[in-house]
Amino acid sequence: MKQALEGVKVADFSWVGVGPIIARILAHHGATVVHIESETAPDPLRALAPYKDNISGLNRCAYHACLNDGKYGVTLNLRHPKAKGVVERFVEWADVVSESFAPGVAARLGISYEDVREVKPDIIMYSSCNLGQTGPHARFRGFGTNLVALVGTTHLTGWPDRMPTPPYGALTDVIAPLFGVSALVAALDYHRKTGKGQYLDLSQFESTVHFLTPLILDYQANGRVAQRTGNTSPYAAPHGVYPCKGHDRWCAIAVHTPEEWKAFCKVIDNPDWTKDPRFSSVLARRRNEEELNRLIGEWTIGLSAEEVMVKMQEAGMAAGVVETPGTIQDNPQLKHRHHYRALEHPEIGLHHYDATPFTLSKTPCDLKMPGPCLGQHNEYVYTKILGISDEEFVALLGEGVFE
Amino acid sequence: MKNSLRSWERVSLSDFLRSAVEKEKSAMHEEREGLLSPYRVLDLTDEKGLLCAKVLADLGADVIRVEPPGGSLARTIGPFYNDIPHPEKSLFWFAYNANKRGITLNIACEDGREILKKLVATADIVVESFSPGYMKGLGLGYDDLCGIKSDIILTSITPFGQDGPYRDFQASDLVCWSMGGFAYLTGDADRPPVQVSLPQAYLTGANEASVATMVALYYREISGEGQHVDVSIQASIAKNMMNAPLFWEAAGVNLGRAGPFRIGLSLATGQRVIWKCKDGEVSFFFWGGKAGAHINRSLVEYMDEDGMAPEFMKEMDWETFDMATATEELFNEFSRHVGSFFLKHTKKELFQKALRKKMTLYPVQNAADIAGDPHLKERGFWEGLEHPELERQVLYPDLPFILSEELGKGKRRAPLIGEHNEEIYRGELGISSEELAILKELGAL
Repeated sequence: MKQALEGVKVADFSWVGVGPIIARILAHHGATVVHIESETAPDPLRALAPYKDNISGLNRCAYHACLNDGKYGVTLNLRHPKAKGVVERFVEWADVVSESFAPGVAARLGISYEDVREVKPDIIMYSSCNLGQTGPHARFRGFGTNLVALVGTTHLTGWPDRMPTPPYGALTDVIAPLFGVSALVAALDYHRKTGKGQYLDLSQFESTVHFLTPLILDYQANGRVAQRTGNTSPYAAPHGVYPCKGHDRWCAIAVHTPEEWKAFCKVIDNPDWTKDPRFSSVLARRRNEEELNRLIGEWTIGLSAEEVMVKMQEAGMAAGVVETPGTIQDNPQLKHRHHYRALEHPEIGLHHYDATPFTLSKTPCDLKMPGPCLGQHNEYVYTKILGISDEEFVALLGEGVFE
Repeated sequence: MKNSLRSWERVSLSDFLRSAVEKEKSAMHEEREGLLSPYRVLDLTDEKGLLCAKVLADLGADVIRVEPPGGSLARTIGPFYNDIPHPEKSLFWFAYNANKRGITLNIACEDGREILKKLVATADIVVESFSPGYMKGLGLGYDDLCGIKSDIILTSITPFGQDGPYRDFQASDLVCWSMGGFAYLTGDADRPPVQVSLPQAYLTGANEASVATMVALYYREISGEGQHVDVSIQASIAKNMMNAPLFWEAAGVNLGRAGPFRIGLSLATGQRVIWKCKDGEVSFFFWGGKAGAHINRSLVEYMDEDGMAPEFMKEMDWETFDMATATEELFNEFSRHVGSFFLKHTKKELFQKALRKKMTLYPVQNAADIAGDPHLKERGFWEGLEHPELERQVLYPDLPFILSEELGKGKRRAPLIGEHNEEIYRGELGISSEELAILKELGAL
């Protein structure tokens, strides 16, 4: 079957999170992507856990593999004097060039927008960094793990009586690529129609602020500085995550309308406390929410999370098992969607990769190759894709250009 | 009523299409040149999908919000302007509908559906977030829409997808957040899994939906074929877990909630990320390798300026410091000293110093901090949109990227209920005032 982005060619000089994730989404939908690293400076993600069997190694990192599957992997030492010619060949070949170093670094490596535009005036290029390429703090480096604090997400995550808690991983690293891909594909379409190239300066900070806009407006309009509110909702009670049978098993339940509350009470066998005036309306339940949640928890703890979910759903209530990193791949709905797919990695072995969370009715999301080992496709990419002759390839190899 | 409606029904579809599209295109080229200027989007979503077409609108698409008579239920979501709950004052609505136009239309009635079909004939993309099968039940399923516009793209955003064992499950943002697994990793270990206080699951699904729609649009422009896009909010949230499922698969470790600590970096122990300071919190963690050596050393130097750096931290060989093997005892020792040092300074002081020393520390910002953030201001991130009804300008975040091509913006605040009914029904579809009055009375608009 034909894929949506077949024919789009991406020279992916980016590393770590956002940049590679953007290129990976394009690869899943048919783009040809080459992930360019160097033995002298491998993608830092390769040094992060988890590793196969807990033994570290540049080609044993499942994290790097899962953000770069579907891409060819090559090595190129951008600091080598002869790398410039190879970079030019990549740019000539590509429709899209990417980088995600700290601002200023790409220019030193000869892959800034100015550099690549000289080779191909209508190139489309994206840069991704924490704060964007301009502005007083542009060159300040950082990790997504810290960036979620600057963005405001951390402040709003957790319980009002406790310290804020950073969301797991780096939420900015999953939000920013989506804005990036939308704009990038729009730029590709614009290029097809007008012949004009484009440079996209993506800010991970700004991307994630979009997920909190209502609270920025609340501050402007009402002077309110939003605080953490745990799992509560102004419009629903019960609204929370309740303990279930087993170790650290939970089920989320949300009850909005009076009809739902009635149905909810029926599901839990109408215990006497449900008739208590303290729980008679959403507002009353909100006022006594701690007690409400404790009482509900006494009921849910006797059942498995799946049982709670099914009982609630059968009565028309929004409820769902809290999946875990260890159970998510077995979720029946995600299985039905073939969301996780196994690929055989040369060093990690058979392991799972996630597809895009959307399906297109005519063009599939296809996971073709596991994440590349460092420099795995050098020969193929340099000789077959870029058309470097065997003699030149061997000569450049001997000079250390492909390190 | 029938007679009056017939007058515009008789216009052939192709004539109708041509005139409507031409009219629209000439108007747009003057006002709203953007990457997606040639395209029209009908946005039928509720709170599950608002951000999808917002992104397309920000990129220049002509987005028409189609709301039920009386307005979308998403308008009942707070916070509200001046804290007055009112469908024209929802700040949630403002946030995710700017740059769209708005009409009211009751697609549950036949007359309303007929009008929607006319609009579909002028559109490139329809975005919806009804329960699976609802549109089809109204005769507006993907196949039906293809009968009106053969290359239409229909983007459907639902909690679990159009198909599968959970497709008819009830959901809320918290339920999607939980079933996507991310809740499990969020919050304190001794408390239940937790959401972000401004729920994020629907926004995440809608953001994925704009990606999906753009991929489908690119293909349509090459192949001439539209398609049905099926977005699962649950799957969108599962992606947020990043490497956590891999820990299970590759290393047999089921990561959990770690409160203000970070896990998943090394297997040996968690590292504190959130620290109390004089007036709030900052985010900082020790880091290994070459990059980490600079960061860790900078912090120790800074502590030393206050005479608060213990000898063992000054003497550490940071170059060989390895996160994977560092012990919990060592991190606890660090924390004792670093923690009392941070308490002596405000988050602003610490961030200023971090900027100078290139030490990766960020303040834990709240809404007030973000509104005043000097970097965002300097980047021109905030864009003032006029709200004549409120007699003021409100600042909105601009696109989260800067494009090299200067593209005209022509931005507008979110539409009022039925604000563009006249403009679109009369101006574009050529429905007369009399007919509009009748349609309104019938409850179609």
